[in-house]
Amino acid sequence: MATILKCRSLVAGHGHGKILATQQNISFWGGVDPATGMIIDPRHELFDQSITAKVLAFPYGKGSAAAPLVLLELAKQATAPAAIINIETDPLLVAGPIISKHFYGTAIPVVALARAAFDRLQTGQAATVDSVKGEVVIT
Amino acid sequence: MHLTDDEKKMRDGHLGEAVSMAMSILVDLGKAIDAPEMVEITHVHTDSGFYLGDAGLEFVEHLAALGGHVAVPTSMNNTSFDIERCRSYGVSAELSNKIKRLEKAHLAMGATPSWTCAPYQDGILPKPGDLVAWSESNAIVFVNSVLGARTNRTGDLVDICCALTGRAPKTGLYLDENRMAAIHAMLEGFPAEAYADPRFYPLLGYFIGKQCGNQVVAISGIPEGVTMDDLKGFGAATASSGATALFHIVGITPEAPTLEACLKRNTTIQTITVSPDSLKKSEALLCTVENEQLDWVGFGCPHFSYAEFTELAECIAGKKVNSDIAFSVFTSRKILGRVENTGILEKLMHTGIEVYTDGCLLLYPQALKPSGTMMTNSAKAANYIFSQAGYKVAYGSIRECVESAVAGKIVRRRPVWLQS
Repeated sequence: MATILKCRSLVAGHGHGKILATQQNISFWGGVDPATGMIIDPRHELFDQSITAKVLAFPYGKGSAAAPLVLLELAKQATAPAAIINIETDPLLVAGPIISKHFYGTAIPVVALARAAFDRLQTGQAATVDSVKGEVVIT
Repeated sequence: MHLTDDEKKMRDGHLGEAVSMAMSILVDLGKAIDAPEMVEITHVHTDSGFYLGDAGLEFVEHLAALGGHVAVPTSMNNTSFDIERCRSYGVSAELSNKIKRLEKAHLAMGATPSWTCAPYQDGILPKPGDLVAWSESNAIVFVNSVLGARTNRTGDLVDICCALTGRAPKTGLYLDENRMAAIHAMLEGFPAEAYADPRFYPLLGYFIGKQCGNQVVAISGIPEGVTMDDLKGFGAATASSGATALFHIVGITPEAPTLEACLKRNTTIQTITVSPDSLKKSEALLCTVENEQLDWVGFGCPHFSYAEFTELAECIAGKKVNSDIAFSVFTSRKILGRVENTGILEKLMHTGIEVYTDGCLLLYPQALKPSGTMMTNSAKAANYIFSQAGYKVAYGSIRECVESAVAGKIVRRRPVWLQS
């Protein structure tokens, strides 16, 4: 049975993929390689895993203000996640998908979940993020 | 989101297509982060000239081709490498051509070619209370915390949108209530020599950033005598291990004349204690070496200051860098001019120290030293050169780094205040 979690839409769009969830924050610059979509920070628990086409769930962005460049590049290179789920809104994290929408016409939906709902996400589950309806559906 | 008539005109294309795209992006961003309106800003420090891939280049060239022009004074962050010396630097013609295109597009839009990640060392000093839109994490935390001007963590590419419109979404650190701290870090158990040790502040910053993440933090217990370079190294470390955009040091930074003045009211304040044991953890994360093998010393993250050059010249006087060791120092053209005029640069010549301008120690490090172990006085550089580029790192003071470079192996004396 599908679980429906109510979310807040930050960047509009519709995305579907397998969940890749972590309780650790992610720094996109220096943490993700836009050419491959791999997590390259050896200190991160998702080190050496691909975020491409995943529903990527992490609490908050951290680190460099270059995050929008990395996210825009992920969109250009088709290595972007299918959707991003956070707990707190990070202006640096939503900026890349917003610019991508205006410049390339592509959509990487970004939504925010409450902590309790976020904690129900498990890596490997299939999920659909529909930011228009304001729902994350785990199937 | 409420927009003024002028802002609606910008969005709707009355001031040209570049302004329209920039304003539309800022409006979407403002909605996502619950900004009720825009603020008018007076200065932008942009990192949109950073070449990370073709996407950013295409976006900036598009804005320039649409006739975009900055609406407020706009300084530029460091570029990818030393512009005059990019050939000898070993960067491919294709890459240097792309970076030159980025520079050209920014200059066409009226940005200033300042090429530094430490604009506050080059006389770019917004006044307390000024609303600005800065990018580059170390510059953001410095302008907020040390200068008392106000910026959010403006992202790359968002910053150029702010420059073209003179606006930023009114949220976060533009607002009084969000500039107060809900975390109080109390320092305990450090002897006086810790506070006088330049290694102390970056280690403390690295720990605070890890503990406090993106939250505003008030730090008490630091005596007077902190230098601008201490605050630079501290802030850069907090912003690289956390997402710190504003800290207060009681009795030192402008919004913290007292602890009460910078703490949030009517809320529970979380108190954390920082002891020498806490900083041992920072040190362990920033020293990933297992032996004394050394290949490279890197300074200037953020860009080396005049005071740091003075210390470097004193430390290297009468000595030479071991021929197996690369020694790279990054700074701005303005500071290079000052060290040239005062004879400091001459003292560094023929010592094996290479001084670069415009660029960044962390970008294209392979062009400077292909691999191995880097030693640095910067917690930020130690953090990223390990996590991004796979170098082993050792952290030490300017003096220790120079001694190591001369000896050809890592020479570190563990601070007495870190030993137990």
